[in-house]
Amino acid sequence: MAGRVRNRGYAVYLIPGVLASLAVIVVPLVMTVYVSFTKWTGVGDPRWVGLENYTRLFGDTLFWQSFGNIGLLVFAMAVIPTLLGLVLAAVLFDYVAKRFGDRWAGLFRSGYYVPQVLPVAVTGIVWSWILHPGYGALNQILESVGLGSLAKNWLGDPDYALYSVMFVMVWFQLGYPIVMFMSGLSRIDPSLYEAADLDGATWWQRFRKITVHMIRPEFYVVLVTTTIAALKIFGQVFVLTKGGPSNSTLVPSYFAYKNFFEKAQVGYGSAISTVLTVLIVILAFLFLRLQHRSEELR
Amino acid sequence: MTAVLPSVTKAPAPDAPKAARRRDPVRWIVLGGLLVLLLLLVGPLLVIAVNAFKSPADYAANGPLSVPVSLYWDGIVNFWNRVDFGQKLWNSFVTSLTVAVLGVVLSILNAYALGIGRVRGRVWFLVFFLVANLLPQEVLVYPLYYISKEAGLYDSLIAIIIIFTVIQSAFGTYLLTSVYSEFPRELLDAAAVDGAGKWRTLWRVVVPVSGPTLAVLFTFFFIWTWNEFFLPLIFLVSNDNQTVPVALGVLQGDRMMDATTTSASALIGIVPAMLFFLIFQRTLTRGIAAGAIK
Repeated sequence: MAGRVRNRGYAVYLIPGVLASLAVIVVPLVMTVYVSFTKWTGVGDPRWVGLENYTRLFGDTLFWQSFGNIGLLVFAMAVIPTLLGLVLAAVLFDYVAKRFGDRWAGLFRSGYYVPQVLPVAVTGIVWSWILHPGYGALNQILESVGLGSLAKNWLGDPDYALYSVMFVMVWFQLGYPIVMFMSGLSRIDPSLYEAADLDGATWWQRFRKITVHMIRPEFYVVLVTTTIAALKIFGQVFVLTKGGPSNSTLVPSYFAYKNFFEKAQVGYGSAISTVLTVLIVILAFLFLRLQHRSEELR
Repeated sequence: MTAVLPSVTKAPAPDAPKAARRRDPVRWIVLGGLLVLLLLLVGPLLVIAVNAFKSPADYAANGPLSVPVSLYWDGIVNFWNRVDFGQKLWNSFVTSLTVAVLGVVLSILNAYALGIGRVRGRVWFLVFFLVANLLPQEVLVYPLYYISKEAGLYDSLIAIIIIFTVIQSAFGTYLLTSVYSEFPRELLDAAAVDGAGKWRTLWRVVVPVSGPTLAVLFTFFFIWTWNEFFLPLIFLVSNDNQTVPVALGVLQGDRMMDATTTSASALIGIVPAMLFFLIFQRTLTRGIAAGAIK
């Protein structure tokens, strides 16, 4: 077993990484799970209360509301951008690049990606400015074209706030799947498309039979990463609405934040973040299995 | 890991002209639709840029969509001075650069042991780094806050640098391990024949050969850390320590923030991000694909 001997002595290289991960990830994670079974204000000693935080959580309407909102945000951040991105990537790759040249396809791709490179806090500022009820650009545009009656307090009205946030998230997220899918498409053998053309396939048929099929790996990756990003969303909600008005845009991470740092209910906040974490890890493994199975089927 | 550096979209355009002439109207409708979408995505930033240079009076008179009567720099200058923006830029820069360098080094060490060394239990280490990469920061934040207070590191850039180095390197380890597990054995063997130890081999052979991937990681770590909001918001409470996103984020809803000041503040948040985007664009678009296919 020459390989075994040769591979000895590498473990030392893992020491700094393991120690650092223990301090920054493992210990805090264990602490949070422990604290979720206690009552603690952050000062003094936590008092063990068993499952009390969890029973309270499942009876808390705010908890259910925050998870309901997250469901809609998954739609806005994962489902819509993935599907729309798939079509756009195919159009750019297979239509624009061929008829107008690679330069145009590349230009559109970079342009669509721009919202992704902005810090989330800045995204929030840009949109809270545009959607501001008093001086915001959107309402002024509506008024200037005679649609003043449609002007709304986009982020301040509980009936519209969540939809406004969803719109902003689609805007923010769309570039990511486009870039991912276009790089996946570049793997496809052009002769496949040519063969389909010879057989008289329409653009839509080629899209369904070749494009969608070939970039399945990217499809799964995009869906997982965007779904998880949606579950974790904090920055945009903090800057756009602070979870309001009247909790209509409350999300789990902001709900936990409020309990940690505003209400000093650290045990309860820990229970919320533990539930969120369990949900994310389960989802990730489900997706990985699905992806694995679809690769085996091919 | 076949797609470290895929060539990005090279569609050959062989008999394009013929097909193009046949479907002229469709061609322009598609292009028009794509341009409208581009405007929707980039437009908000253009509107911000235009209004950042308007005086409040100009804005009140002409609204958000007019071109500024004259270039008005006072909004930007006043905002810059009021929040001491130079300091925030420096804080963000120091934090992001340090995290990017340390994060890449830590990823290299981990991946060297897991990908090339194939140490025992490597699968479990990889699962650990994958999960660490998925964890929401909310589940770590309170203990980190508590520990750093005990350790006297609360409200200092050092705490943020340590935390993000570890979090980013979880992703880096995961990505780099899959690259290193396909590292050409001949190169390692040749180094061994030349009498190089593991340490020398790492820095003289493995790191130079994987340079492009490391550049992608560095870029990611830098931009991700620059854009981080949640943990810096909690850890960097005093004015002198805030990073750019925190300084801008906490000012929202402030009574001094009128329409033009807000767009000025947004613009000076956008400019550095766009600069990085332009500088790193090539690495970035390649790199996004790199994270994809395992």
